Amino acid sequence: MHPGDLSRFEIVSRQDFSDATYLLEVRHPMMARAARPGQFVIVMSHEHGERIPLTIADFDRSRGTITLVIQAVGKTTREMQQTCKTGTTLHAMVGPMGIPSPIGRARKVVCVGGGLGVAPMFPQARGFKANGAYVIGIVGFRTKSLVFWEDKFRSCCDEFILCTDDGSAGIKGLVTEGIRRAIAKHADIEEVVAIGPPVMMKGCAEATRAHKIKTVVSLNPIMVDGTGMCGGCRVKIGGEVKFACVDGPDFDGHKVDFDDLMSRLRRYAREERAAAERWSENCRMKNLADPVAPAVELLELPDPFEDVKGG
Amino acid sequence: MREQDAGARAKNFAEVACGYSVEEALREAERCLLCPDEPCIKGCPVSIDIPGFIRKIGEKDFRGAYDVIAETNLLAAVCGRVCPQETQCEQVCTVGESLEPVAIGRLERFVGDAAIQNAWGRVPSVAPNGFCIGIVGSGPAGMACAADMAKAGCEVTVFEAFHQPGGVLKYGIPDFRLPNEVVDAEIENLRKLGVKFECNTLVGRLFTIEQMIDEMGFHAVFIGTGAGYPSMLGVPGDSLNGVLSANELLTRCNLLRARDFPDFDTPVPLGRQVAVIGAGNTAMDAMRVCLRLGAHKVHCVYRRSRTECPARAEEVHHAEQEGIEFHWLTAPLAILDDGKGGVRGMRCIRMELGEPDDSGRRRPVPVKGSEFDFEADQVVYAIGTNANPIIGQTSRLRLNKRGYLETDGDLATSMAGVYAGGDIVTGAATVIEAMGAGRKAARSMKAYLGIRDAEHAATGGTLFGIDLRERNFARIRVA
Repeated sequence: MHPGDLSRFEIVSRQDFSDATYLLEVRHPMMARAARPGQFVIVMSHEHGERIPLTIADFDRSRGTITLVIQAVGKTTREMQQTCKTGTTLHAMVGPMGIPSPIGRARKVVCVGGGLGVAPMFPQARGFKANGAYVIGIVGFRTKSLVFWEDKFRSCCDEFILCTDDGSAGIKGLVTEGIRRAIAKHADIEEVVAIGPPVMMKGCAEATRAHKIKTVVSLNPIMVDGTGMCGGCRVKIGGEVKFACVDGPDFDGHKVDFDDLMSRLRRYAREERAAAERWSENCRMKNLADPVAPAVELLELPDPFEDVKGG
Repeated sequence: MREQDAGARAKNFAEVACGYSVEEALREAERCLLCPDEPCIKGCPVSIDIPGFIRKIGEKDFRGAYDVIAETNLLAAVCGRVCPQETQCEQVCTVGESLEPVAIGRLERFVGDAAIQNAWGRVPSVAPNGFCIGIVGSGPAGMACAADMAKAGCEVTVFEAFHQPGGVLKYGIPDFRLPNEVVDAEIENLRKLGVKFECNTLVGRLFTIEQMIDEMGFHAVFIGTGAGYPSMLGVPGDSLNGVLSANELLTRCNLLRARDFPDFDTPVPLGRQVAVIGAGNTAMDAMRVCLRLGAHKVHCVYRRSRTECPARAEEVHHAEQEGIEFHWLTAPLAILDDGKGGVRGMRCIRMELGEPDDSGRRRPVPVKGSEFDFEADQVVYAIGTNANPIIGQTSRLRLNKRGYLETDGDLATSMAGVYAGGDIVTGAATVIEAMGAGRKAARSMKAYLGIRDAEHAATGGTLFGIDLRERNFARIRVA
């Protein structure tokens, strides 16, 4: 086993789930062997690009690939949506990073995925199932058109609850409503695992706190190197400072200071907005020059922490 | 040596010190007495034959001068710029007893730059010896170790987690002190020696140290992963937006080119009034980077006095010239909140020097009632680092109680064939000390592999009747 060519990161397949959500399958046989549920990678799409952390949604050891699910919200992720096609390569992909999620021997677990968080939740749900747990899957989306991986997720769950904010699919309500129902039905839930936007994970932690159910959340703050060198991803856990990249990304949801996390995620809101606007403007100019190219719609930028919906 | 004017340079990232012209170099070389006791060589962590290369400069044989330096140091252009010569070779220079010491660092840089310009790679013809060496981290320790092992005939692969090699020389030290082109040129020299660089590779997580030895065919491994895990102050306001580590600021600016945002995608916080805590080289770099990014005012807050300040003298001098305001004997108490999650200012207290502490420096003690506030919208921590936990989390290597890798006097870790050096062993230190550690580990690795070392003849002796210089035929796992 010699590393050989570690420097070519070919996209071998791509799938579009909606206008904003897309899946990239990237070849990296060595990483596919090393990856465990809960870990993440840092990706640079081109030489001048940003380093962005993305949670590993799946890995396939026989195909030698890593799967990433990305939501186009900021400049980088929208640019990648246009440029990352099957057969192209990423400039850099490093990982797997972070401490793998400990998939214990809990007998009954609830696996909660919100939005993009559904993707990285999947390998954990599969892991719990393989360990013989009774798995209750709860996934939440804003609306029906954004739903993805429903069947894939359902296949490793004993019970499955789909929630949409507007009730266009599954039950109407947030994932916390799903958790409430699961807790009401099962008195013996040993663990809840939640991945999604911080505000959702905060809601999940609050929903389980009174029941004293162990709740694990996966944090994805702003990162630079992902190796514990810069401290940009520091989070407050029970009053202590931890680095999500090397001490996490999984933490006890009941101890996480989510307000601090959400505030820190807005650190570059102004620069992010400026970059996105400038990029959209450039695209529009290009499209004027080339009338056959479809116009790029500037989506209204959501709060930056939406950016991190699990991915 | 000529320098860019302080007013102009505080607005650009071009190098501050312009380097010697040929005439200046010859004039400076003449000042060396070529004294017989050669104290400068002993003052150098890698024992460069300093009088030897200065003599060659005097003879106008610059190529010869480079060959003398390259015997022991492949990174002349880097070390000439970033070594703290005033506490090493130049401190003990005989000329310095009565006059200014010979500017050894500047002469070394002159030779190193000439080598880069004229592409004088020294590519000795080495017979491959069949040993594969894995090096974790491409900073100064890893580069120095790689050079020595490659020169000994080993097949060397250097693994780097970032997308570019160079470690702290790239992400940490800014271009106005050490241009990235100089680092790239030195890396190119290593490539000419046959060293392979594999970037985007996080050792420990992608594969472990154990796997390198057991499965990947490396006969010996050197770990030089450097400093990590920047310390936070632990005062109120630590996690406000606008508070960041010098490592984050420098990495964004130097490696990811945030100074060219939005042409490069990585942003960097732009403070108008910046307070930098600490007064080491990293702090100086952070302050001067903030000035160049457009800060109106940059404060340095340091709890000891100027005498104890650990930065290179030239850096403090340059920082002062550029208009950094130094608050010596001042300790931060709190970072003040602007009510919107950002920074409004700092609360500090004056200190005075008391009795000497463990480090031999006089311990600063707070002066009662001397608290004061000043305005700032960005705070940068440059107060040192703790051990990076990744290798410890992913291997069975023994750590000391502070979390750094434990090594013996030969820089061997608790696992046979695995050596370590630089900041991951000692905690934060200098570039040249890391290079010294890389070279020392290389010597030990050669002895371990039984490679006869022409430069440093094996100490000899026998073990169980076997000549210690002979090759090892079996690897014994101790850990």
